Amino acid sequence: MQTANANRLTPYLFLAPAALIMAVALLYPIGYMIYASFLDWNPSQRIGDAEFVGLKNYIGLLSDAAFRESFFVTLKFAAVVVTLEMVLGVGLALLLDRNIRGMSMLRTLFILPMMIAPIVVGLMWRYMYHPSVGIFNRTLKSLGFEPIPWLSDGSWAFASVVIADVWQWTPFIFILSLAALQSLPQSAMEAARIDGATGWQQIVYIKLPLMMPVLIVTLLLRLIDAFKVLEVILVLTNGGPGLSTEILSLRISRTASEFRELGEAAAMSNYLLILLVILTFAMFAYNKAVEARAARLRKAAEEDL
Amino acid sequence: MAEKIYDKQNPAFYALLVALVVMAVGPIVMMLTTSLKLNVDIMSDSSSLLFMPTLRNYETALCDFLWYEAPHIDYCDKTFGRALVNSLIIALVSTVLTLVIGCMAAYALVRFRFMGRDTVSLSTLAMRMVPPAVLLVPVFGIWTFQFQIDGTRAGIILVYVAMNLPFVIWILQSFIVQVPIQLEEAARMDGAGPFQVFFLVVLPLIKPGLAAAAIFTFRVAWNEFLLANALADRNSRTVPVTIVNSITEFDIDWGVIMATGMLLAIPPIIFTFVASRQIITGMTAGAVKG
Repeated sequence: MQTANANRLTPYLFLAPAALIMAVALLYPIGYMIYASFLDWNPSQRIGDAEFVGLKNYIGLLSDAAFRESFFVTLKFAAVVVTLEMVLGVGLALLLDRNIRGMSMLRTLFILPMMIAPIVVGLMWRYMYHPSVGIFNRTLKSLGFEPIPWLSDGSWAFASVVIADVWQWTPFIFILSLAALQSLPQSAMEAARIDGATGWQQIVYIKLPLMMPVLIVTLLLRLIDAFKVLEVILVLTNGGPGLSTEILSLRISRTASEFRELGEAAAMSNYLLILLVILTFAMFAYNKAVEARAARLRKAAEEDL
Repeated sequence: MAEKIYDKQNPAFYALLVALVVMAVGPIVMMLTTSLKLNVDIMSDSSSLLFMPTLRNYETALCDFLWYEAPHIDYCDKTFGRALVNSLIIALVSTVLTLVIGCMAAYALVRFRFMGRDTVSLSTLAMRMVPPAVLLVPVFGIWTFQFQIDGTRAGIILVYVAMNLPFVIWILQSFIVQVPIQLEEAARMDGAGPFQVFFLVVLPLIKPGLAAAAIFTFRVAWNEFLLANALADRNSRTVPVTIVNSITEFDIDWGVIMATGMLLAIPPIIFTFVASRQIITGMTAGAVKG
């Protein structure tokens, strides 16, 4: 009798700690943030003392030029970075998907940039971009070119931040695409080879379409993460010069800690979250639509037989 | 076992490989060499590879752990040493807690069929969508005013455990599914209780999954900056926070700061070389297996 009781309780006992911690330290804060976004609240106040201002924070943000600028910078950063990384990562995976000695060592070396702290990545690149001791300007100078204002000019700063992120995250796309490539059915490849498909035709008509589901998930994961990049930019430029590299995450943290406007920062966080939710759902919907179409085509093909 | 046959490739292919490796590892090597240089060498115009390596920068950073007197240090700044201890404690404790709690939850989800795998995958993805910057305001507010655990290591550990749990539960689930249920039934026949079955039968079988989960959790806790910065006070600062604090100063001491960066990078680098297979499994499990 007692064991039966214990058995019935076991799953709850096993789940309880995880549920408790996530409720207290994850769901509660998120709910709290939504509530805080309707308040005029500064860090020295208790939340109960903060004044309820309704949608004022949200409306105020929409007409705030600096916020719109940083929203735009965020979108631009994510779009540029993800496009470059997808092209480079998938390209490299297609190129390196060969039976060569030392492939596992190569993969190990490639994941190093992702494992190292983003703060340290920022540090390394800041040193390399340094106007006088950095390797880039040193090399340029010794070759007789003008030094480039890597971090002190608006558009160069944006490019520098993008380069650092591409360095850090292209391997992620590479590893996932390589895994996808290596799990493709050998029979399809062989059939294509027997039919005399050239290397390019194999890539365009066989490999890429078969990899598509994985590529879409990879794209989604990378896109979500691109909106979370913060530390590298913080160390490299701290959002400057001007607002040229101030992505939303950075602006949220500055609004909270420098301008001491917690309500506004919370409203900003909500905008960012809404943006991410929309993107994710759009991606899911697209994925479902593609799958549905494929299923329909398959069915049609079967009926023809 | 047959010797593996490798395809022959043309030299241009190998040149490309070398270039890629140099690009991937170059910045890290540069950080290492800079951390071994005196400031005179960093600033000089001569070739960057010819210099006398020195451990002085590391001695400066770790001065309160030195068992000998380093002649060049006249004032010992203990900030970094303290931060290193904090980082180690926070990362290790939150990793252990996340693994234990996550493992139990994953096991319950799989064996007692609470929710489908889809629900868990979806909530993992949803949690992944939440940027740390979004948690910044509420966590700061709640920790300071309601729980009053701001400025303590426990406060930081609590956030990290919560942040990592969804991913850990999800990845462990995919390993637990593969444990044959007959094995557990056999153990139960022999009179083992549910906890014994879990700790003595299931856990040993999912060691690779545990390794992957441990590395990912440790990495997040060890590298995280934003929330640690908001929550920590002088005594509970972690290494990333001290590094950022020291680069906002006007005059950057590149040698020392690269040494601290290197010290922060070393544990993840070691993990990468020891367990790259588990890391890749962890990374690809989500996308490739679905």
